Amino acid sequence: MTVVDTIKDTDALTLTVVTELDATPERVWRLWSEGEQLGRWWGPPGWPATFPAHDLTPGSESRYYMTGPDGTRAHGWWRVLAVDPPRSIEIQDGFSDADGNPDDALPAAVMRTELTPVDGGTRMTITTRFPDAEAMAQVIAMGMEEGMREAVGQIPALLAEG
Amino acid sequence: MVVRQLDPDEVDRVFAALADATRRDIVTRVLRREASVTALARSYEMSFAAVQKHVAVLERAHLVTKQRQGREQVVHPDVVTIRAAGRLLDRYEEIWRGRIDRMAEILGDTREGDDS
Repeated sequence: MTVVDTIKDTDALTLTVVTELDATPERVWRLWSEGEQLGRWWGPPGWPATFPAHDLTPGSESRYYMTGPDGTRAHGWWRVLAVDPPRSIEIQDGFSDADGNPDDALPAAVMRTELTPVDGGTRMTITTRFPDAEAMAQVIAMGMEEGMREAVGQIPALLAEG
Repeated sequence: MVVRQLDPDEVDRVFAALADATRRDIVTRVLRREASVTALARSYEMSFAAVQKHVAVLERAHLVTKQRQGREQVVHPDVVTIRAAGRLLDRYEEIWRGRIDRMAEILGDTREGDDS
C-alpha cells in the first residue's frame, strides 16, 4: 500500500489524497460503511473512534466520539450527503460539543471519496474541501488537538520534512 | 497566493504555543470572532494576567495580533500566519496518511476468511 499522490490546492482550499489499497472496492467500502471498521482508522493514534449508530445512507447523520488515552472524549458528526456503493461517498464532517450535539458554529469540511478498481486492488481518491480559509485553519487546528497531546513533540519534525 | 514561509524556530514557537489547551481555545475563539482580552479572561477560570500571558505567547508566535481600541485590547487571528504556520495542509495530509496506514492494516488483518 502506498499513498500515490497528494494534491494541495490552497486557493481552491482542497486537499486530495490518492492511494492504492490491496483489496477490492467492495472490501474497501466496508471500511467506510461499518462503524466498527471505521472506528479503527478514523481517529488519530491513541484516539479510537466510536460510531454508535453508523448508517451510510444519504441524509443520515452519524455522531461519533474519539476516546483519548486519559478517557477524554472528543465528539464529532458525519452527515451523509451522497453514496453510490461501492464507488463514491460524500460526507460532511463537523465538530460537536462536549455533550455530543453538533456545533454548527464550527466549520465543517466536505470529504468526497471515490473508489476505482485497479489491477488487483482499489484506487481511493479522497478530496477534502473547506468552505473558506479561516474554516480550513480552524478545522485543522481542532483536528490537531486530539493528536496533539500525544504527538506534540513530533509535529515540528513532521513539518520540517516538508 | 503569497504564502509566508516560516523558519524552524517560528514553527517551533507556533506549535509550542498551540500545545496548550487554553491557547488553542483562544485561537479557535478569535477565529470565530475577535475578542478583547477582558472578554477572553471572563471565559476561563484564571486571572486576567494569566490570560494576558497566554495571549502574549500567541502573539509572539504570530498566531494572533492585538490592537488597542479605546481602553480595550482586542485580539484578532493572524490567519496568514495560521495558514502558513504549519503549512497546515501538510498537517492535514499527515492525518490522512495515518488513516490510510490504519486502513491498510485492517485490510491486512482481515484478508483471510473475512473478505467479501
